[in-house]
Amino acid sequence: MKQNRFVRNILLGIENLLLHKLRSFLTMLGVVFGVGSVVAMLSVGEGASKEALEQIRKLGSNNIIISSIKSIDEEAASTAHSHMSIYGLTYEDHDRIAGTINTIKQTAPVKLIRKEARLMSRAMELRVVGTTPQWFELVKRPVLAGRILLDSDIRDKSAVTVLTEFGARKLLATENTIGQPLRIGGDYFEVVGIIKSESGQAGNIQIPDQQVDAYIPIDIARKYFGDIVTRRTSGGRERELVELHQIIIDVDNTDNVESTAVALEQLLNRFHKKKDYQISVPLALLKQAEATKRTFNIVLGSIAGISLLVGGIGIMNIMLASVTERTREIGIRRAIGAKRKQIIVQFLIETVVLSTLGGIVGLGVGVLIPMAITYFTEMPTVLTLLGVLLPLLISISIGIIFGLYPAINAARVDPIVALRHE
Amino acid sequence: MDNESLPARQNDIVRLENAYKIYPMGAEQVNALAGVTISFKQGSFWAIMGPSGSGKSTMMNIIGCLDHLSKGHYILQGHDVSNLDDNALSDIRLKYLGFIFQSFNLIPQLTVQKNIELPLYYLGWDAIESAKRAKELAAMVGLQGRLGHRPTELSGGQMQRVAIARALANDPQILLADEPTGNLDTATGEQILELLAELNRQGKTIIMVTHESYIAAYADKRLHMKDGVIDSIEGNGDEAK
Ligand SMILES: Nc1ncnc2c1ncn2[C@@H]1O[C@H](COP(=O)(O)OP(=O)(O)O)[C@@H](O)[C@H]1O
Ligand SMILES: [Mg+2]
Repeated sequence: MKQNRFVRNILLGIENLLLHKLRSFLTMLGVVFGVGSVVAMLSVGEGASKEALEQIRKLGSNNIIISSIKSIDEEAASTAHSHMSIYGLTYEDHDRIAGTINTIKQTAPVKLIRKEARLMSRAMELRVVGTTPQWFELVKRPVLAGRILLDSDIRDKSAVTVLTEFGARKLLATENTIGQPLRIGGDYFEVVGIIKSESGQAGNIQIPDQQVDAYIPIDIARKYFGDIVTRRTSGGRERELVELHQIIIDVDNTDNVESTAVALEQLLNRFHKKKDYQISVPLALLKQAEATKRTFNIVLGSIAGISLLVGGIGIMNIMLASVTERTREIGIRRAIGAKRKQIIVQFLIETVVLSTLGGIVGLGVGVLIPMAITYFTEMPTVLTLLGVLLPLLISISIGIIFGLYPAINAARVDPIVALRHE
Repeated sequence: MDNESLPARQNDIVRLENAYKIYPMGAEQVNALAGVTISFKQGSFWAIMGPSGSGKSTMMNIIGCLDHLSKGHYILQGHDVSNLDDNALSDIRLKYLGFIFQSFNLIPQLTVQKNIELPLYYLGWDAIESAKRAKELAAMVGLQGRLGHRPTELSGGQMQRVAIARALANDPQILLADEPTGNLDTATGEQILELLAELNRQGKTIIMVTHESYIAAYADKRLHMKDGVIDSIEGNGDEAK
């Protein structure tokens, strides 16, 4: 019975709104656009930040990546003839880091080599990384065929290589390539495995395996190819001595990542005269991305708030006009015996029906926009339950908040004044 | 103030005792009612007459529980309702009173049926019962075929019939009519009065404001107001009625 009455009240509200279809529709528009923009922005924002967070997670949130960089004056000096640039991380750095900082669980040194390679009849320049089996602990990728580098390869100084998916594609290598010889520079390596690779970038940090075609044991790399790289340039020859290009570090605990980064900086600073290295902390990026998301949410919330406020004021405005226009009706209802509370409920329901309807239509618009964005731009968008429920809840609240004043105004109508002959 | 209040009798349905309605007008005061004492008996039919501004509408508003007295008492069916709050007065209007207005005061957007059902809606009747009752009432006032029409599609006389049906929906004790024929031509006005007289014969107490003596002739009692006080009472009904 009570329920029935509530439903009848809502039906009465809808009936009244249908009497002024165009006006109701126009009044709703503010809320439609308000809610629509909230839903759309939430879903675009959620999609963007989800992608960013995923990228960072791929780097490993417990990892720290130290990279060698050429300092500015080294860059300037290298233009001189027959100058050799010496910079970057050293084998000693790696040993010191692994040996002195006890929050570090494991490390992987990275030596980058570009060499002509040949597999069967196919020749290519490959990007080869000399590293240790720890790499595969730190940059976990599924094995597609064969195996990864093992401790025994290091111990036995085996000339073996593991291809990445990129490298395998370049060389047209398949499962059948396992066991075959791959010539790198002038030396032969046995292909022992192919692993999956990831591409992408998080902030300014590249995913470690993005530019890698093949892995070989670091000691072999050093023995076969040395540390000096000679490049022919237009001005002549350019020589560089870089021992390690990267050191990837796995910290034992997420809480220790930042303090470890500080300790690394201090340690390296002691042994490097020039700033020829750079420390990247994915976790810091993660935190930065989260902070950016928070800021984004605040900005978004404000924009949404303003547009919903405008929508709400629009509704209030129309409802106030409607109350004035319907003074006589209110007077009649009051004279017949309607209580003030019942008049308030009647007008409040009308406003809430209006704003909720606006909210539902807005939700439809707000869901279509991100779908269209994803369809046309491949930008990811994510529709969360909260992203749907929140705007609906807000539109209902808008109806109540902005409907209350007109409804109270309606209840204040004095039937004697309202019914006086015109 | 001379309070020559008569003792309230059992069959007094409406009784005003030394009733004042005072409106402040700047420094002055307007006494719309200036000490009225009168009893209306159950089942009587009254016409209230008097020049414009004499306090007729004010008296109707008080009796109709739409307004409060400034001073004095209003006793409705033996209960002093002078000091009730807005909610309680609304409840009395809903359950015991029916209003008929000069300008009909139907809700133009609602059909005849919905207009008649309006009091039932606030009484909490369910939709089916309400529709049934609306149909009966429409038949009673001679509007059986018109339930689906809007008020604007009806003549003045028909609109007033709808208003009467609506006033009867809650089966009230008292019908209050402020110039019910003011907007109608003579013939239609007389038809409406016939209907009211019939309702009075069925037991409704009717209090009606009118300017026209041929309309007032339908009532058993005529109360003449002047400057907020009772000027005279004439009646053809017996005292006991
Ligand atoms: N709300 C009001 N404020 C001030 N004066 C009023 C108000 N209502 C009525 N009056 C005054 O009270 C007197 C009686 O009015 P009313 O009862 O409407 O007379 P009637 O219906 O007999 O023409 C008039 O002088 C009128 O001006
Ligand atoms: Mg009047």
